[in-house]
Amino acid sequence: MISALLLNIIVLCAIAALAAIVLYCVSQKFMVEKSPLEEAIFETLPHANCGACGKAGCQAFAEACNQADTEAFAQLFCPVGGNEVMAKIAKLKGMNSTQKARTCAVLRCQGTCQNAPDKMAYTGLKSCRVANLVMAGRGGCPNGCLRFGDCIAVCKFGALSLNPETGIPRIDYQKCTSCGACVKRCPRGLFEIRPIIDGEQVYVACRNQQKGAIARKNCSAACIACGKCSKVTPLVTIDNNLSYISSDIVPQEYGQKLADECPVKAIIYRTHM
Amino acid sequence: MKTKTFAIGGIHVDKHKISSQSAIQELALPEMVYIPVKQHIGAPAKIVVKVGDRVKVGTLLAEADGVLSASVYASVSGQVMKIEEVNSGQGYLETVITVKREGDEFEESMDLSDEIVREIPDNKEELLKIIRSAGIVGMGGAGFPTPVKTNIPEGKSVDTLIINGIECEPYLTADSRLMEEKAEQIVIGTRILNKILGIQHAIIAIDENKPQAIARLQEITKRYVGVNVQSCKSIYPQGGEKQLINTITGREVPSGKLPLDAHCVVQNVATVYAIYEAVQKRIPLFRRVLTLSGNADLTPSNYLVRIGTPISFILHENQVNMDNVGKVIAGGPMMGQAIAALEAPVTKTTSGITVLSAETADKPETSACIRCGKCVDACPMGLMPLNIRAAVEENDIAILKSLHVQDCILCGSCSYVCPAKIPLLDYCKIGKYELGRQQKAK
Amino acid sequence: MYKISTSPHMNSQQTTQTIMRDVIVALTPAMLVSLFMFGIQALIVLATSVASCVFFEYFFARRLKLKNTTSDLSAVVTGVLLALNLPATMPIWMTVIGAFMAIVVAKMAFGGIGKNIFNPALVGRVFLFISFPVQMTTWITPRFMDFFNIDATTAATPLNILKHLGAGEQLTTGYWDLFIGNIGGSMGETSVLAILLGLFWLLKQKIITWHIPVFYLGSFAVCMFLSEIVTGAPRFDVLAHLLSGGLMLGAVFMATDYTTSPMTKKGKIIFAVGCGVLTYIIRVFGSYPEGVSFAILIMNAFVPLIDKYCHQYVYGTGRK
Repeated sequence: MISALLLNIIVLCAIAALAAIVLYCVSQKFMVEKSPLEEAIFETLPHANCGACGKAGCQAFAEACNQADTEAFAQLFCPVGGNEVMAKIAKLKGMNSTQKARTCAVLRCQGTCQNAPDKMAYTGLKSCRVANLVMAGRGGCPNGCLRFGDCIAVCKFGALSLNPETGIPRIDYQKCTSCGACVKRCPRGLFEIRPIIDGEQVYVACRNQQKGAIARKNCSAACIACGKCSKVTPLVTIDNNLSYISSDIVPQEYGQKLADECPVKAIIYRTHM
Repeated sequence: MKTKTFAIGGIHVDKHKISSQSAIQELALPEMVYIPVKQHIGAPAKIVVKVGDRVKVGTLLAEADGVLSASVYASVSGQVMKIEEVNSGQGYLETVITVKREGDEFEESMDLSDEIVREIPDNKEELLKIIRSAGIVGMGGAGFPTPVKTNIPEGKSVDTLIINGIECEPYLTADSRLMEEKAEQIVIGTRILNKILGIQHAIIAIDENKPQAIARLQEITKRYVGVNVQSCKSIYPQGGEKQLINTITGREVPSGKLPLDAHCVVQNVATVYAIYEAVQKRIPLFRRVLTLSGNADLTPSNYLVRIGTPISFILHENQVNMDNVGKVIAGGPMMGQAIAALEAPVTKTTSGITVLSAETADKPETSACIRCGKCVDACPMGLMPLNIRAAVEENDIAILKSLHVQDCILCGSCSYVCPAKIPLLDYCKIGKYELGRQQKAK
Repeated sequence: MYKISTSPHMNSQQTTQTIMRDVIVALTPAMLVSLFMFGIQALIVLATSVASCVFFEYFFARRLKLKNTTSDLSAVVTGVLLALNLPATMPIWMTVIGAFMAIVVAKMAFGGIGKNIFNPALVGRVFLFISFPVQMTTWITPRFMDFFNIDATTAATPLNILKHLGAGEQLTTGYWDLFIGNIGGSMGETSVLAILLGLFWLLKQKIITWHIPVFYLGSFAVCMFLSEIVTGAPRFDVLAHLLSGGLMLGAVFMATDYTTSPMTKKGKIIFAVGCGVLTYIIRVFGSYPEGVSFAILIMNAFVPLIDKYCHQYVYGTGRK
């Protein structure tokens, strides 16, 4: 009895040892050489693997940072980690870091349930990308928010949530990392990554390119391209019946004035962000 | 005659051909018609009339702008009231020419008699020119300008002309009625296409559940050597271009290519009838046959309708009980588009209007996928819709590409058969959209 | 306001529930035979199994905050299949344990209907088989139409006799008895006739395709036939092997389970042939007389792999 037990134990141990040796040999043979610097850079990254930097993931970004010369390094930026992480990487590499202004995603639409009430009853898969193929939108605006929240599903940082009152997504500016996933996902291209200058931001929250009268029929907050804002500063341009504020604008200087001028309240001026 | 069918997939749908015995009747004329300038794939037609102009039936309203475009004609006589952008059925804006009807006057050049003209002009270029100027597009639903489809580019060859008399969509019977009532005209139209393509033979494909149409056309084609009738299995989507080519010739259209690459040209019977009218009777495309049917409270009918007639007018003429209407579809229930605004007009590609009752308008509630594989068996393209759905949910573009999602023909067989009622076609659409967008970005 | 939605605007009448209902209809002949042959004991096992399967599904769906899916009848199907795989003398508490393993461990723990890797009823059966081998292999002789007789006369199953058949010996049970089910065995597996009636219904209602049953039985028969030719031993009697044990029940109802079988025709054939060959190996070389449950469970594990490599031919990509 004892001997049988012993034999079992010995056989099992032998199999385990053999497997361990095989595993060790294989791992040695297929080991990928990684420079310690690349490892160190990878450790400092936020590990969101969002691809916002334009690389396939954090590992790829670390590799690119490691291989970059001064010039190429200036082009690299991790929007999730921001200046802080880039400064750390620069220190590891002994170079100067790129410093970028704080940014966040903004939703350029105010087609809420109140401003653009439902005109069509949609039934089926609750997805903006599908609804976009069969209708102009529940509110009737062919450029506006479809209010099914595809962007919310794609946000990895929990910065987007559907506001039950308005029906459109709202953005948590503290959580938004400007990764750009929502920009890519929205079939109507309603998101834009815009700089926050001294905690302030000003932008046109509308993408409707129809003539004013038609746009107003569907949405009370639609830009009617009246041109009042463009008289304030040349940084505001009007194209295709739609006003656009350049991201070079200084919100402290013009923000309040632009917001006051807009008769339909399509311009949003945000402070203390 | 042996019944043929295609090799991959296909489903049996409930046919509901309740309007198949009602003869085509001419619909009363509406007070106003709204004629969109873009009823086809390609550039919108260039408007050549002004507000206030007086027009007759068959007066040119907008001219084809370039090769991939089609002219638009007035469908009633009267005065051009407005040229403006209005909401289409889906809520998007489209430019329409509004004509207020006064009387019913026709352009003199048209031959409106019932007499069948059998002599076909011999000049190929001349024939193509007439078809182009008549504004004929694929009337089965795609709306691809017919002259482009029949003009064979250098280096390509065609050996088979297929006339698509298959109406695999449930409820619709317009094509089947047309084949019964205008059989000889369709055969003459086929002969015209033969001349343009420079080939001697043509096959008129009809599904087996239309014995009257088959018998009628077989009788006629005895007098026209080279035109043959082929009965096809009544299975959805037999009328899909790629499926029909496979049914008739056994060939396949290579992935991402056109029917021309399988040496085939496929034309819908309604298009062929329009070609006959344009060439033999000098009648441009200003009217079409459509079916009004569905499970709502209505009289199933086949109408000859002027293009631009508001759908609401047709429903009103038919005395549809609007209280119980849940969904109005331009086209059949499998591939048609639901419309929200009933003022939307009939266009060249509206082969039917399906009205569903309120009880059947909602999409059914979905449950979990049980991996039954019915969607895989159903897909006529050999795709795996449930895997496409998984890839869409993961947003994995590389896998979507390997699953050939771009080959999806949007027939909806997968959504139809799914016992869990998962809208698989919607996922395929997202897949196509995401893949297309990524390829565009490159 | 008229509804807007994507096409198609029609759906087939078939739902998960109607599919499961058809499977239950297909199982009815086997259930009736088990009632006729094993009387009230069979009824008790059936009722216990179905009731506990449905209860576990309902209870754990609530606990795990999943959608309540008992109305799709899949738990009923699992319950019936589990019962048909047990002997009529099974104690109630053991049946409940089997149902627990089937529903909670094999199905709900993986995420509920459609997400399980292994056939739930088979997991339940195999668990009971390993844990309570004596109760699971105590077969009683059938007592036709003697409903309330619970005096058990134990009997060896034909498979057991077959396995230990020496040269020159013959199986005493006739093929006809094997076919109609006048033998000892699990409740549902004895009558091949009843199972074939079920198969006919499943095929007629297009619930399953013919591929899995035919290739399963075919590959098994071919292996047995070759052994019979080579050795000439009576224990390789092909017909007796096909008609006895759980082979028919497994090939028609277990291996064809949607969730745990491959999707494409090619995949189904590979899966079925694998099941057939494994059943043959276990029956001939293994220590158990029966190998159907193990064969199907082993092949279940390969389904994701088969599905990964067996794709449909895509139209227009050029056949090789």
